[in-house]
Amino acid sequence: MNNINELSFEQAYQELDEIVSKLESGELTLEESVTLFERGRKLAEHCQAILDQAELRVNQLNDSGDIQPL
Amino acid sequence: MFEKVKSVSEITDHITTLFENDPLLNDVWVQGEVSNMTQASSGHWYFTLKDNDSQLRCVMWRSATSRQSTIPKNGDALEAHGKISLYAPRGEYQLYADLIRPVGLGDLFQAFERLKAKLYNEGLFENERKRPIPAFPHKIGIVTSPTAAAFQDILNVLRRRFPLAEVILSPTQVQGVDAPPQIVSAIERLNTSTDVDIILLCRGGGSIEDLWAFNDETVARAVAASRIPIISGVGHETDFTIVDFVSDLRAPTPSAAAELATPDLEDIRQELRQVTTYLITTLQTQLENKRTALLRLMRDLQYHSPEITIRNHRQRIDDLNERMVKASYNHLKLLSIQLQSKSAALHAASPQAILSRGYALVTRTEDGKRVTSELDAQPGTGITLQLKDGELKARVEDKNIHEQYKRTLF
Repeated sequence: MNNINELSFEQAYQELDEIVSKLESGELTLEESVTLFERGRKLAEHCQAILDQAELRVNQLNDSGDIQPL
Repeated sequence: MFEKVKSVSEITDHITTLFENDPLLNDVWVQGEVSNMTQASSGHWYFTLKDNDSQLRCVMWRSATSRQSTIPKNGDALEAHGKISLYAPRGEYQLYADLIRPVGLGDLFQAFERLKAKLYNEGLFENERKRPIPAFPHKIGIVTSPTAAAFQDILNVLRRRFPLAEVILSPTQVQGVDAPPQIVSAIERLNTSTDVDIILLCRGGGSIEDLWAFNDETVARAVAASRIPIISGVGHETDFTIVDFVSDLRAPTPSAAAELATPDLEDIRQELRQVTTYLITTLQTQLENKRTALLRLMRDLQYHSPEITIRNHRQRIDDLNERMVKASYNHLKLLSIQLQSKSAALHAASPQAILSRGYALVTRTEDGKRVTSELDAQPGTGITLQLKDGELKARVEDKNIHEQYKRTLF
């Protein structure tokens, strides 16, 4: 599994979604459940942290197709 | 002679016929200022057109209102087209309008209607053509003027709702003759040079002439051709442009376009909190289920435990033991009874018992040999007679002498 801190918000969010589905299925071993639960919680925290730090980046596309901070 | 008297309905019918047969009243444009504008929940519009001296009641059915490019507001100067007829229940004549347009914009309006009909017939407004708006836009392209208030409005909404996004402004003029080619180029550049997930095509409010670039055919076709989904937010809520019909989603204003393009951060935070809580309860439920299953298994295991078998065996052994002791006791008792009866029999057969019945045990005194035959003791032999309570000593006599002696005596 990927290092959680390197995941983008969308990646973390999607994995969290998948983990919830897996846990809901109830077909996991106890150890798998606990491992997934721990990871799910960390993913949720990671998502919240990304949201806390998010700052809108504003760029401009010029005529030549270059993107520069506005 | 009687006057011919008409009923109200008869005279109303007559007047209606006059209206219906008048060519002007059946195809007329009327100019006036809108008042008493009402949008009924049925979709019909009711309003009054007035000038300084007169007013005219107007109604536009839903079948026509849905095709109009602007919703009239009180105070708007309008030209309305339709036929004038009588509304019999109130005895009022009114304009049944099928088209409205701003005053003095007859040419622009006709051009608008022509282009709208043309693009409609090409299928450019079809719902099937509309692309889905992504739920989480990574990058948001904005086509507008960087100096316009609309651009700052959009940025404010995005900062508040979804600062995760990256904004790429593709600047353009939004009014004037240069605006259409610049808007087309700005849309195309976002398509070719960036990987934005959504484009906001926006302009703040203005007159219908100010918004006219968004009724340009080349702009409409550029919107339709865009690989990236486009949300249009042009002017105010009541303004409709051709671009609004072609875009994938029409927002009433630029700020609204920014809102439609993004999820609300607060909603996401809330959702994340709920998911975390949900994760905890799900895991707890599963642990609880596993614990219950374990307890059930332990009970089953206990039920099949060898301890019980051992206990059963032990009991069986106890039973056997008890039966054995009981059986032995009975047997001994039986033996004891048998022994007593034998002992009695033995006693009954003992010499002493015989002596006590009057018999005597005879032995020779000299050698103690038992005398059981007359040959054992010749006359003159000393014998001992053992009786039940002692002995007698005697001597055997000669039988013949004894006989003589008896005869002598008797």
